[in-house]
Amino acid sequence: MSGYNFAYLDESTKRMIRRAILKAVAIPGHQVPFGSREMPLPYGWGTGGIQVTAAILGPADVLKVIDQGSDDTTNAVSIRAFFRRTAGIATTESTAEASIIQTRHRIPERALREDQILVYQVPIPEPLGRLEPRIAETRRMHAMADYGLMHVKLYEDIARHGHIATSYSYPVMVNGRYLMSPSPIPAFDNPKMDRMPALQLFGAGREKRIYAVPPYTSVKSLDFDDHPFRPIRAPHACELCGSRDTYLDEVLTDDVGGRIFVCSDTDFCAERQAMKEAAE
Amino acid sequence: MTTFPGFADPVLDGQAAFRAVLQAMSRPGLVQRLPVPPEAPPGLSPAAAALLLTLVDATTPLCLDAGAEAEAWVRFHCGAPLAEVGAADFVLNAPLRALSPGNEEEPERGATLILEVSALEEGAGWRLTGPGIEHLHRLRVAGAPEGFLADWAANRLRAPCGVDVILCAGDVIAALPRSVAIEEG
Amino acid sequence: MYVATKGGERAIGAAHAWLDETRRGDTSLPEITAAQLAEQLGLAVDRVMAEGSCHDRGLAALAVKQSKGDLIEAAFLLRAYRTTLPRFGASLPLDTDRMAIQRRISATYKDLPGGQVLGPTFDYTHRLLDFSLAAAGGPRSGPPEAEASAEATPRVTEMLAREGLMQREASIEAEPGDLTREPLSFPADRPLRLQALARGDEGFLLSLGYSTQRGYGGNHPFVGEIRMGEVAVEFTPPELGFAIDLGDITVTECQMVNQFKGSRTEPPQFTRGYGLVFGHGERKAMSMALVDRALRAPELGEASDSPAQQQEFVLSHCDNVEATGFVEHLKLPHYVDFQSELESVRTMRASVEKTS
Repeated sequence: MSGYNFAYLDESTKRMIRRAILKAVAIPGHQVPFGSREMPLPYGWGTGGIQVTAAILGPADVLKVIDQGSDDTTNAVSIRAFFRRTAGIATTESTAEASIIQTRHRIPERALREDQILVYQVPIPEPLGRLEPRIAETRRMHAMADYGLMHVKLYEDIARHGHIATSYSYPVMVNGRYLMSPSPIPAFDNPKMDRMPALQLFGAGREKRIYAVPPYTSVKSLDFDDHPFRPIRAPHACELCGSRDTYLDEVLTDDVGGRIFVCSDTDFCAERQAMKEAAE
Repeated sequence: MTTFPGFADPVLDGQAAFRAVLQAMSRPGLVQRLPVPPEAPPGLSPAAAALLLTLVDATTPLCLDAGAEAEAWVRFHCGAPLAEVGAADFVLNAPLRALSPGNEEEPERGATLILEVSALEEGAGWRLTGPGIEHLHRLRVAGAPEGFLADWAANRLRAPCGVDVILCAGDVIAALPRSVAIEEG
Repeated sequence: MYVATKGGERAIGAAHAWLDETRRGDTSLPEITAAQLAEQLGLAVDRVMAEGSCHDRGLAALAVKQSKGDLIEAAFLLRAYRTTLPRFGASLPLDTDRMAIQRRISATYKDLPGGQVLGPTFDYTHRLLDFSLAAAGGPRSGPPEAEASAEATPRVTEMLAREGLMQREASIEAEPGDLTREPLSFPADRPLRLQALARGDEGFLLSLGYSTQRGYGGNHPFVGEIRMGEVAVEFTPPELGFAIDLGDITVTECQMVNQFKGSRTEPPQFTRGYGLVFGHGERKAMSMALVDRALRAPELGEASDSPAQQQEFVLSHCDNVEATGFVEHLKLPHYVDFQSELESVRTMRASVEKTS
């Protein structure tokens, strides 16, 4: 696109973001403040993820963008179009073909590889934010690794409900040191983060934070010995591909209780359907 | 002024070099080749010159002792203000313990040491473990400063504060983020 | 057979085309120009410049047109443009002492050197709809002309300061931070707080300022002075070494005077709340001055329990471009997380039903 630099951001902004990313990788799970820019898309709509992607993206990359696991949701379509327009790079809907995957709210079902980078859009980077809204205070708690407040909260859940009631944005400990928000992915996806071969980068534009999980790094969902972490999914099979171990969306088919369940990861589901067809 | 050039393509070479650095930092001990400027100024290895072009600018205090030609080149191509070793975000070739480790609330302020060595080779030498490494990475470093591993052990004790190191030799690099543990091979 | 919704790209394209059509409205009416907006809806344009933190009336007017008059959307457009501009340097501080005054009033003195100048104000209009404006009129009679007064207009706060009754502001030699380059961290110093407030949402600051008047962090304000007019923007290019005049901009400045009971180290005196905004933005400048003073509570040793006195609360929420993005992002799909909540609630209900 004429009038703008490759991938929209100017080079000094990219350098600033790149430096923040390198420090984030060196301190797994620690939120690094960065001079987040005003992007031409609204705050809350992926400006953090977009800035991270714009800072790492090169002409050889193939970009996939998903929202809710799907390549076709409007905001995913819009972000993909933004990078096609500003960087002229190739895009794909196939998880296997992508070198960079920008995501909102899901981790793809297909296991990611060493040569891939997963970029998360993060609305609220502070895992302690709902318990302590003051950033000056949570920063001190991270410095001291003082996470008692979160354990108390989870324990209260168990006392009241019999189990931990958090079903998404489920907090994790990274490399045994920092409490981290996995972004609002369903807790079902948390185990995929642990020792993932791909680099995971997290961008929060409005809150101006970048953090990272290097490959093969320990990511543990908080739990208790007598109440171990349990990923939740709807106990059904996908209506389209028959999968029984993927995360499902519930789709209402009428207003009298009719519903079906389908894979949230549309690429994974389409691949399985194609395989099924080929086998028949 | 300097007569020595920067990257042939500042945007795309800068991007490719950054991805190599990111890969090196994410997978400690793996050796990465950098795109380098057509000719490095005297006093800087091609990889060190490429790293400065990629990471350093007017907002990052830099400490280097590489001669007048290198300084003029840095001023022209990066515009970085020169600083004492303890006040610099990026430092070229200095003792690890002299650099700022950041503080508990802002460990990201820990500086980055760009260390020129004579050769880097994967698969032998130091035994590296930690985030970014599935089981074990091995890295042979020829020409590391005396006492580097003892300094590194001390650096690790300050976690999450500490200094991150990028080793350069010729046109290749390998990185040692503060999180990596190193044992002699 | 269920098929997942497709065609996002086409739907987006169609939505944009429809937006363009509704922006233009009835084509039998002439299209409005950005220049007309800059002239005839000047206060809207001023507000967009202030909250967009970019002084360019032409671009701000274009943004108002493009946004169909949604002023937060317009501020967002201007911000997104501003962020792509290269920076040549920082101007010298504006010298509002040397303002070419269009309006200048003080509530603390009946009369004062330089006089009270009402200027173009709504203050004493009767809010009766003027039906003569509904018809496109011919030329209206302008205001009576008068010679500009050559008399100096010293500041009220300076006159009080000379008497030792107004706290002098600490002079800070260091270059102020820039919250568009470095993220705010708390506690933020006053230059950064003022930057955030100057870009902040008028409505948010108005309500917070109002809350201080109603007892939530009251600080008994008087309008020492409001002045609006043109000031020179000066810049010292490093290669010249002396300041050059880049041109004049219109700004509104408000200095609130607040009583301070004194502390162990300082005698009782007046303290200042300060507001400065691009263009004619009196309500915003006054609100900003109230909130600025409220945010000084900790440094003056006052209790700081009220919302307007809590800087992390005020500064984290005053930016309407950030706020609107995050509030409006709730309309993006959230069905994955909702599904996880559904399953969680179903599980909880099942276990309750089993035990009862």
